[in-house]
Amino acid sequence: MKTVFARTPSLKDCPTHYCPGCGHGIAHRLVAECIDELDIRERTIGIAPVGCAVLLYDYIDVDCIEVAHGRAPAVATGMKRTNPEKIIFSYQGDGDLASIGAAEILHAGHRGEQLTVIFINNAIFGMTGGQMAPTTTLGQVTATTPRGRTAAEQGYPLQVSEIMALLPGVIYVERTALDGAAGVRKTKKAIKHAFELQVEGAEGLALVEVLSPCPTYWRMPPAKATEWIKTEMTKVFPLGRLKG
Amino acid sequence: MSQRVLMCGNEALAEAAILAGCDAYFGYPITPQNEITAYMSRRMPEEGRVFIQSESELAAISMVFGAAATGKRAMTSSSSPGVSLMQEGISYLAGAELPAVVVNVMRGGPGLGSIAPSQSDYFQATRGGGHGDYRTIVLGPSTVQELVDYMPLAFDLADQYQMTVLVLADGILGQMMEPILFEKRPGRELPPKDWALTGAKGREQNIVRSLWLAEGKLEEQNRKLQAKYDQIQKNEVLCEEYRLEGAEIVVVAYGIAARIVRSAVSRARQEGMPVGLIRPITLWPFPTEQISRAAEQFRLFLTVEMSSGQMVEDVRLAVAGKAPVLLHGRPGGGVPTVDEILDIIKELSVSVKR
Ligand code: SF4
Repeated sequence: MKTVFARTPSLKDCPTHYCPGCGHGIAHRLVAECIDELDIRERTIGIAPVGCAVLLYDYIDVDCIEVAHGRAPAVATGMKRTNPEKIIFSYQGDGDLASIGAAEILHAGHRGEQLTVIFINNAIFGMTGGQMAPTTTLGQVTATTPRGRTAAEQGYPLQVSEIMALLPGVIYVERTALDGAAGVRKTKKAIKHAFELQVEGAEGLALVEVLSPCPTYWRMPPAKATEWIKTEMTKVFPLGRLKG
Repeated sequence: MSQRVLMCGNEALAEAAILAGCDAYFGYPITPQNEITAYMSRRMPEEGRVFIQSESELAAISMVFGAAATGKRAMTSSSSPGVSLMQEGISYLAGAELPAVVVNVMRGGPGLGSIAPSQSDYFQATRGGGHGDYRTIVLGPSTVQELVDYMPLAFDLADQYQMTVLVLADGILGQMMEPILFEKRPGRELPPKDWALTGAKGREQNIVRSLWLAEGKLEEQNRKLQAKYDQIQKNEVLCEEYRLEGAEIVVVAYGIAARIVRSAVSRARQEGMPVGLIRPITLWPFPTEQISRAAEQFRLFLTVEMSSGQMVEDVRLAVAGKAPVLLHGRPGGGVPTVDEILDIIKELSVSVKR
């Protein structure tokens, strides 16, 4: 019998705590696969965010640290500068990276830190109960935008990747979506490239923004959530390579 | 360097940190400690070590967190408003049990306050400072030489107990120039950092965390921290006693205030007044026992500090009602003079005689 699919060794063999249809499980698998394919498990350090993925280390079998909300890029900087031979990645949600950690990601990019950043954008705060994120789309109803987000009240959705792409210290920015098999494949390719750049010692920060479903707080079934990424999210967050 | 060199406190402590094996320094500009950051920006790269001027104090302490998690000796420095911002990271360092050295060159507060020297962050320093049930070891040097001597101790204590050690200086100590001697002393024997994140090579994954969600797990973790703090209280108290023989009045002061008090005590003794000084060097653990013992023996305590009265609470707890504890506090950047303290001692000497 031919094996067509197997769990990659760096992904632990256990059920996750994620909701059905959540994108985190897929994104974790892709990160683990890239780590194994590049054979860097023994020199990789992962940084877990505050958010639904805080228990990242329960699923990805590399050395891991859990950090304060939004501070991952600064923690990563401290790690990478003192250990240039290690591969450091941060895995951050949109509340973490685009809201409270906006300064840290901007300045890590601005300094050109050699880091791999996986930015999971699901347009909402998941863990705290579905509040508005900077990336929440106009009209989107959340726990803190009960009438739907409006530009006048809450401002426009924040396009972090576009901002990051402007910085000379940022060498690679790509936005992909977990909106189906093709999207998952493209996401893996992008994540792998973001790791490869660090492995090669490329001078600068690599960021992959992954549009990811949160069926629970989008209040829709998983199939509809992937559809919503395609029809709504990508209008505000167009897919493709923004830099590099 | 076996010869005395003239250096300001800020630069001297920076050089001492380098000699103590500090691998990485992260800092953000704030007065009156900018000489540390500037000095490190020059010296750390010379030594092939890491220097980063961070985008904020939040980032600086987070960088320390990252470097420390990989087993490196990391430090930051700041002054009062900046140290307030660092409290987030200091709490996480406590939760994750990572070693770090933080220097606070205190200035007047609250708020933006002033850039004048102060001792008004005593509460923040000795009570943990951020959220959660935790402590940091706090060293309160009172001369530039002590700043130099206590930096290696700070790193050793941080590594030994896997926690933050705060060096509490002030604007005067930081700016003052004094001749100092850099002496290489043997450090402590330290446990291996087998918890460090170095890549899971030939071992299971290491995890550095402060989140414990399982029922009872966080309480257990807190008890473990408290047991560690108990050990520190038992083993690491440092305190100096000066001219206590035949004294009736004991002045308690630390840091730069203790230095001023020392001169006042010495002059008061020349004039025959029965006064001595107890100078806590570790502010946490506080020399509670030493002061408690002193309370059995001496009639009156006076605390002198550059705040509205913070350390005085610890002195009162230690004295426990056995003797009156008075306070001479100078908040908001005020610095007491030797004459000012001498006058108070004179008055008190008259009253104890009565
Ligand atoms: S709340 Fe949303 S992001 Fe969090 S686990 Fe559930 S689906 Fe995933």
